[in-house]
Amino acid sequence: MIEARGLTKRYGDKLAVDGLTFTVRPGVVTGFLGPNGAGKSTTMRMILGLDAPTSGSVTVNGKPYRAHTAPLHEVGALLEARSVHPGRSAYNHLLALARTSGIRRSRVDEVVEAVGLGGAARRRAGRFSLGMGQRLGIATALLGDPRTVILDEPLNGLDTEGIRWVRTLLQGLAAEGRTVFVSSHLMNEMALTAQHLIVIGRGRLIADTGMEQFVKTRGRSVVRVRTTHPDALAARLRGPDVDVSFDADETLSVSGLTTDQVGMAAGAAGITLLELTAQQASLEDAFMELTSDAVEYRTNTVGANR
Amino acid sequence: MTTIPAYVGEQRVTRVRVLFSEWTKLRSLPSTVWSLLTTLVLVVGFGVVYSMVRVTRPPADPSAFDGAGVSLAGVQLAQLAIGVLGVLLMTGEYATGSIRVSLAAVPKRLDLLWGKAVTFGFTTFAVCVPAVFAAFIVGQKILAAEHLDVAIGAPGVVRAILGSALFLTVVGLLGLGLGGVLRNTAGGIAALFGLLFAPQIIVGFLPESVSDQVYKYVPAAAGQAIMFVKPDVASLSPWTGFGMFCLYTAVVLALAAWQLRRRDA
Repeated sequence: MIEARGLTKRYGDKLAVDGLTFTVRPGVVTGFLGPNGAGKSTTMRMILGLDAPTSGSVTVNGKPYRAHTAPLHEVGALLEARSVHPGRSAYNHLLALARTSGIRRSRVDEVVEAVGLGGAARRRAGRFSLGMGQRLGIATALLGDPRTVILDEPLNGLDTEGIRWVRTLLQGLAAEGRTVFVSSHLMNEMALTAQHLIVIGRGRLIADTGMEQFVKTRGRSVVRVRTTHPDALAARLRGPDVDVSFDADETLSVSGLTTDQVGMAAGAAGITLLELTAQQASLEDAFMELTSDAVEYRTNTVGANR
Repeated sequence: MTTIPAYVGEQRVTRVRVLFSEWTKLRSLPSTVWSLLTTLVLVVGFGVVYSMVRVTRPPADPSAFDGAGVSLAGVQLAQLAIGVLGVLLMTGEYATGSIRVSLAAVPKRLDLLWGKAVTFGFTTFAVCVPAVFAAFIVGQKILAAEHLDVAIGAPGVVRAILGSALFLTVVGLLGLGLGGVLRNTAGGIAALFGLLFAPQIIVGFLPESVSDQVYKYVPAAAGQAIMFVKPDVASLSPWTGFGMFCLYTAVVLALAAWQLRRRDA
């Protein structure tokens, strides 16, 4: 269980995290979403007592992180894949960490095997690929058999097999009753993994909701329609709550109407339809819509839409 | 699917466990091991070479000749190696980001600094004691050719030998402290060299009457008072000087501790 109350972090005159209040519950995977620079990593560092909040507070399993006497058993964290000295072997990195809490050597072997690092564990961590670095980070997080797991972008650099593995792992950890808090910018992957979502933008809380509900309420479903007379159909469909945009030559994207309504309107006007499909809004769409005002660094798209 | 087995066992963080952890970190970095070996080689190697040089040019007044000091001359070079290693032990964690993993595992931050200082201090002393004794013994064999050698039983000799190892240990801790204060390798090394060499240069610009009074309190001069059997009249007594040097180091370590507690990792 992670509980943030009015959590705020200011760097100079910039508010990185601005009055965040949320609760991450055990038993489900909670996704932590936000555009780059939204304050996800800063929030995670404050949870771990690495950065001190300017104001507000955050507790893990009922106490501030620094008050725990057996921190590795309370919280396992993956902060950045490269939080390892490149000259040290993965095995010794884990062993040094285990020593702080009296964790047995056999446990190190166990987690090394479990994350599939096996043979590479004796090699210098500096020679690791990004994906292997992530596996080491996950091994680090799981070392103390923690009740709460916090992972910052654990999917970065993983291949498809690795992503699938992390997904199953996280769901398994949550099913065991642990608290699992995962940040990611891969929205669609998060849609498959998380059951609950906390979305922030520019340091502020934007949404704290169940995944299904989030997609349903935030993402607008779109009807794709291909027709011989797109201009005529668009003119017929447009209304106060209806938005029509031209995608390709003969294709329209209609939001605010169902497929039935579009089909009937076309029939009434005698317009031939070539294709009519409903597109369920993805998490990514919902996310983009929600955070469009809160994007810190935006790429300007040049004249693609008409 | 790979499952992560449960782990049953008590996992409290204690200072003793932090010591074991820091020892594992220290011995598992090849660069650390190399730096310690370099220190050892510099103490013995340079001591031997300098003894060979001095024996070819015997002094006009043998009574003023410090045979022990000559054989321990390698300490002057070795202090740089061990001091830089001390800086790197701290700044390496910041440069690689591993400080975050370390502090997440040991949230009582001062325990981490304490663990590093104790482990590094004892390791350095353990490496330097055999080195300084070896340098002394071989050096005296060489100096014996011109009867410039001193016996190990002569007054102040054992103190000078062990004092050299102690001096190197404290230089290492000074580097560790500076690394902790500055969190940056280049800055830490610059500060270390600055502290060890700059004050005596600055003091040299002062009028002689003043500089004679001030020079003995300069960190390097104070610390090295313990290494000479026949000290300068101007220098502090061996243990007072060394105590002074320990005090400087303690202040730097206290600053590092304060920074570690106060600043974000």
